[in-house]
Amino acid sequence: MTTSTPTPEVSGRDRNPFLARTKLADKLGERGLRICTFLAALLAVALVVWIVCKLVHSAWPAIDRFGLAFVVHRVWDPVTGQFGALPFLYGTALSSLLALLVATPVAIAIAIYLTELAPSFLRKPVAMLVELLAAIPSVILGLWGILVLGPFLGNHLEPFLKSFLGWLPLFSGTPSPYGMLNASIILTIMVLPIITSVTREVFQTTPVADKEGALALGATRWEMIKLVVLPQARPGLVGAVMLGLGRAIGEAIAVTQVIGNAAQIKASLFASGGTAAAQIASDFPSANPGVWQASLIYLAVILLVFSALANIAARLIVRHGTVR
Amino acid sequence: MATAPPEANVLLRKTAGTRRRRAVSRAVDVVCTVAALAAVAVLLLVIASVAVKGAPALSLRLLTENPKVSPFGGNTGGIANSIVGSVILVVIASVIAVPMGVMVAIYTTEFAPPKVATGIRFALDILTGIPTIVIGVFIFSVLVVGAHQSGWAGAIALAIVELPVVARSDQEVLALVPRALHEAGVALGLKRWRIVLRVILPTAAGGLITGAVLGVARVAGETAPLIFTTSVFSNLGLTTNPSAALPNIPVTILSLSESPSPKDHAQAWAAALVLIVFVLLLSVTARAVHERSRAKLRG
Repeated sequence: MTTSTPTPEVSGRDRNPFLARTKLADKLGERGLRICTFLAALLAVALVVWIVCKLVHSAWPAIDRFGLAFVVHRVWDPVTGQFGALPFLYGTALSSLLALLVATPVAIAIAIYLTELAPSFLRKPVAMLVELLAAIPSVILGLWGILVLGPFLGNHLEPFLKSFLGWLPLFSGTPSPYGMLNASIILTIMVLPIITSVTREVFQTTPVADKEGALALGATRWEMIKLVVLPQARPGLVGAVMLGLGRAIGEAIAVTQVIGNAAQIKASLFASGGTAAAQIASDFPSANPGVWQASLIYLAVILLVFSALANIAARLIVRHGTVR
Repeated sequence: MATAPPEANVLLRKTAGTRRRRAVSRAVDVVCTVAALAAVAVLLLVIASVAVKGAPALSLRLLTENPKVSPFGGNTGGIANSIVGSVILVVIASVIAVPMGVMVAIYTTEFAPPKVATGIRFALDILTGIPTIVIGVFIFSVLVVGAHQSGWAGAIALAIVELPVVARSDQEVLALVPRALHEAGVALGLKRWRIVLRVILPTAAGGLITGAVLGVARVAGETAPLIFTTSVFSNLGLTTNPSAALPNIPVTILSLSESPSPKDHAQAWAAALVLIVFVLLLSVTARAVHERSRAKLRG
């Protein structure tokens, strides 16, 4: 492989010029393909490293100036040059948490329906419809959030919640079409298909014999699910939720459209807020180069770290849980 | 049951306990069915909103004319320039990402030692997990800072989003190609590159096309990689040169959605209708083809 020069071996039985050409082509082709595909793979790996390095480099003015205190500082004021990420990290954490709290049980229920309950002719189409939810471009979901969901929340749902649960800080304040509640609902819709499809795959790996065993012992369907399917699926479920988390914290466009984009921490879900990703999307175009832009890129670095961690954890857990 | 002697019946008798357990199980059935219905209902609700609000503004004029700013505010023309720009961006992105994705997949399934292959899969996992807005910021700091926004920058950002989608899908497909075909090639004395090009790729062609279609469907609606790289397009006319910022559908929808004018909202819905039909059609076809090619490969 390594020492070959193309021509000198042509001797004896290889004198046939056609064979010699084939041999030459084989040598070049074999190497060419190997090298080309290797370079492509190398580029993909290098890209990850490059993205991390370049972002840390571009964010350096802010990292250098604010250090780790950036994440606990709660003022974001371009005029005075003070930048703190806390309101956005809070917004990211709260909106993602709410989305996962709602989406996870619903996703598990849908996965149970798809693997245990649905008539077989419905399973594939319904699974596909749920997955198509993930194919809706986020800007369209955001448009829907602004013009359809927002007015509904501001005029109907939020006044209703306030009248019943207004004593809770979460549901206090003035109802408004945009804010944390709207963003959380949009995120719920986005993570639901992801969690559902992974959960469904995990449920499908439950050995049929185990399920039949439980049923034969007299368990009802729910008892069988509770005692056989869910315990075996636990690692996979955690992975599915992590995958959803990665999606939720990284979503920028739809959230920036509906959250109101304010650097504030309010207990009320009706109030405007911001998330790290949404803040980058809404603030970056107006940020002038310097500490302001660097602070936004610092936010991007934080976002990158967390979503990468969530995704890596998810893949490791899911792979571990399903490949047994 | 009624005819059986009472002592044989004692174990089968429905006690209050069994009745309760069955009721719980039934209730769970209902809850799960409702959850599935709700998810499908949300999908239909969003699609129906886009269709109902987008259809009135959808016309041949909208699709074939460039925007015109009316003196009373709002756009009275069409979105043709955005459609053209989006097509150019997605085509450039796919021309970069699809062959690269196929090559990465070939390397990991055919050439790479197992540990290296795991490393590459890991890198692709991370790449998939990077929020698209972060990729937008990255391309901004690499290609836009010190230069200006351009179609190239936007397309390359989209290519980075598309690459792991295509590569992972292709890896899965190549892994499904029967080992026997590979061995048949070896037995005929073929070198590996000929086996890859003449046996494996043709066998997997359907699946590879699916991967490409999935990639296109994924990036056609992406906004986040574009807002810092190809969003400032001052001219209302047609731009086809990727060295300048290209108008495109997602960014157009975003800016129209944030306008206070209802006329702009109508246009945003119409543009959204065009985009959603395109993306959903691609996703559905990709899935259908995927099922078929998988079934074929499995034999």
